[in-house]
Amino acid sequence: MTADRADARAGRPRHLDLDGLLADRDTKVLVCCGSGGVGKTTTAAALALRAAEQGRRVVVLTIDPARRLAQSLGLEELDNEPRTVPGALRNTADRGDGELQAMMLDMRRTFDEMVSGHTTPDRAQAIFDNPFYQTISTSFSGTQEYMAMEKLGQLSSTGLWDLIVVDTPPSRSALDFLDAPQRLSSFLDGRMIRLLSAPARAGGSALRKIVGSTFNLFAKAVSTILGGQMLADASAFVQAFDTLFGGFQERANATYQLLRAPGTSFVVVAAPEPDALREASYFVERLSSERMPLAGLVLNRTHPVHSTLSGARAREGAETLESARGDELAAAVLRLHADRVETAERERRVLGRFTRAHPGVPIIDVPAMSTDVHDLDGLREIGRRLAS
Amino acid sequence: MTDQRWPAALAEARLHVVSGKGGTGKTTLAAALALALAAGGRRTLLVEVEGRQGIAQVFDTPPLPYAEQRIAVAPDGGEVRGLSVDAEAALLEYLEMFYNLGLAGRTLRRMGAIEFATTLAPGLRDVLLSGKVKECVGRTVGEDRRGGRRVPLYDAVVLDAPPTGRIVKFLDVTKAMGSLARTGPIHTQSEGVVELLHSSRTAIHLVTQLEDLPVQETLDTVDELVEAGLPTGAVLINRIRPSRLPATALTGAATGAGLGSGLRSGLEAAGLFLKDEEVDGLVSETVEHAERVQIESAVRSRLNAAGLPQLELPELTEGVDLGGVYELAELLREQGVR
Repeated sequence: MTADRADARAGRPRHLDLDGLLADRDTKVLVCCGSGGVGKTTTAAALALRAAEQGRRVVVLTIDPARRLAQSLGLEELDNEPRTVPGALRNTADRGDGELQAMMLDMRRTFDEMVSGHTTPDRAQAIFDNPFYQTISTSFSGTQEYMAMEKLGQLSSTGLWDLIVVDTPPSRSALDFLDAPQRLSSFLDGRMIRLLSAPARAGGSALRKIVGSTFNLFAKAVSTILGGQMLADASAFVQAFDTLFGGFQERANATYQLLRAPGTSFVVVAAPEPDALREASYFVERLSSERMPLAGLVLNRTHPVHSTLSGARAREGAETLESARGDELAAAVLRLHADRVETAERERRVLGRFTRAHPGVPIIDVPAMSTDVHDLDGLREIGRRLAS
Repeated sequence: MTDQRWPAALAEARLHVVSGKGGTGKTTLAAALALALAAGGRRTLLVEVEGRQGIAQVFDTPPLPYAEQRIAVAPDGGEVRGLSVDAEAALLEYLEMFYNLGLAGRTLRRMGAIEFATTLAPGLRDVLLSGKVKECVGRTVGEDRRGGRRVPLYDAVVLDAPPTGRIVKFLDVTKAMGSLARTGPIHTQSEGVVELLHSSRTAIHLVTQLEDLPVQETLDTVDELVEAGLPTGAVLINRIRPSRLPATALTGAATGAGLGSGLRSGLEAAGLFLKDEEVDGLVSETVEHAERVQIESAVRSRLNAAGLPQLELPELTEGVDLGGVYELAELLREQGVR
């Protein structure tokens, strides 16, 4: 604690010990979040691989991995079930019963399974046949997030793995992962669709009194825009759903509670850019107000300097060589070192804004790799950097 | 002289759609493009449609309301206005225009009815957003002093569009309309949107970086756009870092070869007598740099094969602040953007 305070005073953030987190058998669920394009999926996969190599039985749930990353995880088959990652543990025969499985979320199939699990085959079929179900199960804006949580709940309830690593959907905002299920729930709860499809029969509700005949006008307008058929389909869908809805809601709540349970940790991933860190900042605040446990921040793809030579001296040296027509290579090496010092300083400044607002959040820097990660060795290297 | 970086066809476009993989600097370059196109006494509108308030952040202004307002003054006179379009507000605007809801619209919004209607048909959101953009492109104002003709309010509209993963779906209004009613005011307007988006008055630009994944996504998106009959514009290559190494040293440097004692004596000639670990650090930085330059040149040739005009923007080592956006706009102007 004292050391941490000293660090905080010196403007140094606390160090995020991911190996400790992975080794802790009480860590059951690890959620990787962050805004799009920061390397969440790769981070999730690398952490899962590292934990498996340390002897844990791990499953990683990826949402939308880049093609080559998916291939490296053996995810060419899309069957919405975890599969053992081929070759993941070849070097670790002596590490006991570690295991790595991976899967890619198929949201349509997850939705189908959820419906089937809550009703009779006949009723389930009626829902599947509704054209509106096609829309809601494939392109509604919160479905992917909702289904990621549903799948997490399923994986967790089987008890087959002792660590589940979850990648989150590539939303524009990291907060979507927490908000979307609620949005979908309130959409499906049926009140509004009943009002729209039959406002006159919705009973003398307080809502109708407030807006009076305007609502009828609105319903008419919406029906003109959307078409009567769509409203009818939506209405039939929501009615068929009504019987399931209690079960759904309960399930979504249970999964949401799982995110708060001891054993769950969030890792926020951000690139050293102002936008990504601003998002990370919102997310950290939100987690704290939801009392969800934050393990720390992965500052991904940084460009630390490898040499203590100062930028100014490097630049002077380069100028000396250039004006004397001296060694071209040495001048270039000095120039690029000076560039790198500048980049590293900018990244420190950007991070500084985050750490001043959130001094208690542990951080790990993950230096950028010069090549893209597309095989298990690449993931191992990322894992090594994550744990350093 | 014909400038292939910004061909005449692009100079005539009225709607510039800017997309790109998340994290490549799409919003920043959309802002720089709006500034560049406004230079010299013109007026442009920069529109965002995802409610992120990215424009306000770039121009360091308070969050934008659902109203066009001036956000920047362009070089040599000219102005950029900003607008954050929100699907719910756009729907209310429609309803008020065609059904005279009056103040009740706000109550409907508070009840969640408006949000409900826009989520009911996912295509409707996109149709409402692109409909508003089209309205801005087509809006005319006042009277031309000479001819008495009405003139467009905006010389160009720049759309900070959804990222490449969603862009074709967003712009494929015909498909979205398939799920909506076949008559009514929104349907009528959408036909105009389809016409605009598929015409030479529109150019869809893609922002990328010289890295494997962004370039792959750019190429995939170009194919999808072509297939959907949507007009491609330029590729904006962002955050290009200078290649410092002499070409002759590049291949060797990537493996660390040739960076041994020769480098040390070169450094000593510059008056730098460094410890071993300092030199080793410089060597490993150089190897990384050389590897990166090689990857960049490989992905660049893949990008060239797409045959689209290219604009190049450097990485700003200071990071991108408002001054940086003006600097990028100036660089776009130098490459022929007008």
